[in-house]
Amino acid sequence: MGILLSSGDIDRALKRISHEIIEHNQGITNLVLMGIPTRGAFLADRISTFISGIEGEVATGVLDITLHRDDLRLRPPKPLLPTRVPTGGVEGKDLVIIDDVLFSGRTIRAALDAIGELGRPRSVQLAVLVDRGHRELPIRADYVGKNIPTAKSENVKVHLSEYDKEDLVELIK
Amino acid sequence: MITGHLLSAADLTKDEALNLLATAKELAAITDGPNKKLPTLRGKTVVNLFFEDSTRTRISFETAAKRLSADVINFSAKGSSISKGESLKDTAQTLQAMGADAVVIRHGSSGAAKRLADTQWIQAAVINAGDGTHEHPTQALLDAFTIKQHLAENKKDLSGLRVLIVGDILHSRVARSNVLLLTKLGAEVVLVAPPTLLPVGVSDWAVTVSYDLDSEIEKCDVVMMLRIQLERMADSFFPTEREYSRRYGLNNSRLMKLKKNAIVMHPGPMNRGLEISADSADDLKSVIVDQVKNGVSVRMAVLYELLGGAALAGNK
Repeated sequence: MGILLSSGDIDRALKRISHEIIEHNQGITNLVLMGIPTRGAFLADRISTFISGIEGEVATGVLDITLHRDDLRLRPPKPLLPTRVPTGGVEGKDLVIIDDVLFSGRTIRAALDAIGELGRPRSVQLAVLVDRGHRELPIRADYVGKNIPTAKSENVKVHLSEYDKEDLVELIK
Repeated sequence: MITGHLLSAADLTKDEALNLLATAKELAAITDGPNKKLPTLRGKTVVNLFFEDSTRTRISFETAAKRLSADVINFSAKGSSISKGESLKDTAQTLQAMGADAVVIRHGSSGAAKRLADTQWIQAAVINAGDGTHEHPTQALLDAFTIKQHLAENKKDLSGLRVLIVGDILHSRVARSNVLLLTKLGAEVVLVAPPTLLPVGVSDWAVTVSYDLDSEIEKCDVVMMLRIQLERMADSFFPTEREYSRRYGLNNSRLMKLKKNAIVMHPGPMNRGLEISADSADDLKSVIVDQVKNGVSVRMAVLYELLGGAALAGNK
């Protein structure tokens, strides 16, 4: 077990991602952030707060993808988590999906389907705190906190103070 | 999460029931969007097996299953081999051979759903959509959902609410399921009916019983009127419909006595002018149309929890 990112590292990575999102989208006027629960939603709130401090209020929501998972019939059903669509919706917006760890890419595929239910954004981008590789689908992130090469047998665990005790990213062998 | 079958409101724990209501709320929000259809149950088959007539419940289950992309087969006793004398067992085995994943059953005999679930006739998840005078659990869930939506939106359960259930308790599966579920969720339930329309042993239920609607109407938060089931009224349970209507019907003067925030419910179909006046049914306090809408969301939640995952009925 090793610590990959400390609390300070997470903070700095999220601040950098916030700047990159603003730069890439040339401002925040058409921007919508949507976090994937549980921890992606907290990361979206943090990035939203950072962006508010730099440019101003940005529309932020939560996107549950449970009903769109392709492994639904392989596992017992999971309880649904809330979806909150910011006022103004996603139609024609530049939407940034935010999640904690990018691994197989299947969560993001499900998220793209879930967004399709809500409307047709102008563009969809992806921000993740950790990219650990081993993609099973042709999906990549636009904004990455840290690229961490891992073995497939290992596990990356993100702790966030809103949900867990502290801010920490660790590698579990 | 619930697994296996949904046969009785009594089978649900308080947490399971609240979880179902929360899931239903999320599903309602999604299906209010531009795209009502979700891919979740693609490839699953839901059979609506209706031995008794129904409008709302069957359409509601059908809509719920279709919104989750399941295939729906509607089966009603009229026009099927049932009228040639086919037994429940043979019907069930036919459905099994056709690969049904869930069977929604309504039957005139109490316990029919449990019979189907307990035998090995069929492997599908069984959902009770009304069995005789026994239970109708999804109706109780949608009623609880509607009450929570109107009177306890941000509270964790229904505690502190006083629910009046008025009318033919004796024959009502809606009343039985509601008593079980609403008391479990913390509500106080009062049954109001003429003594002839109360079941034997009602004193053992966790409810208060009254014969006088006028003394109770001012004190309640919810008044749920039950349908006088004319098809089950072979014996003389009350002298005339007019007398029943005057003593136990929700008329305009009783409507005026209700608390300001109170709501009026009815499981449908209504006998306007008998147990509920047309004005009461169409009043702003009436949430009868909401009940129908919420029925779809609640049934989607039930289908999702029973069919959404790998754990199919039978290997509980």
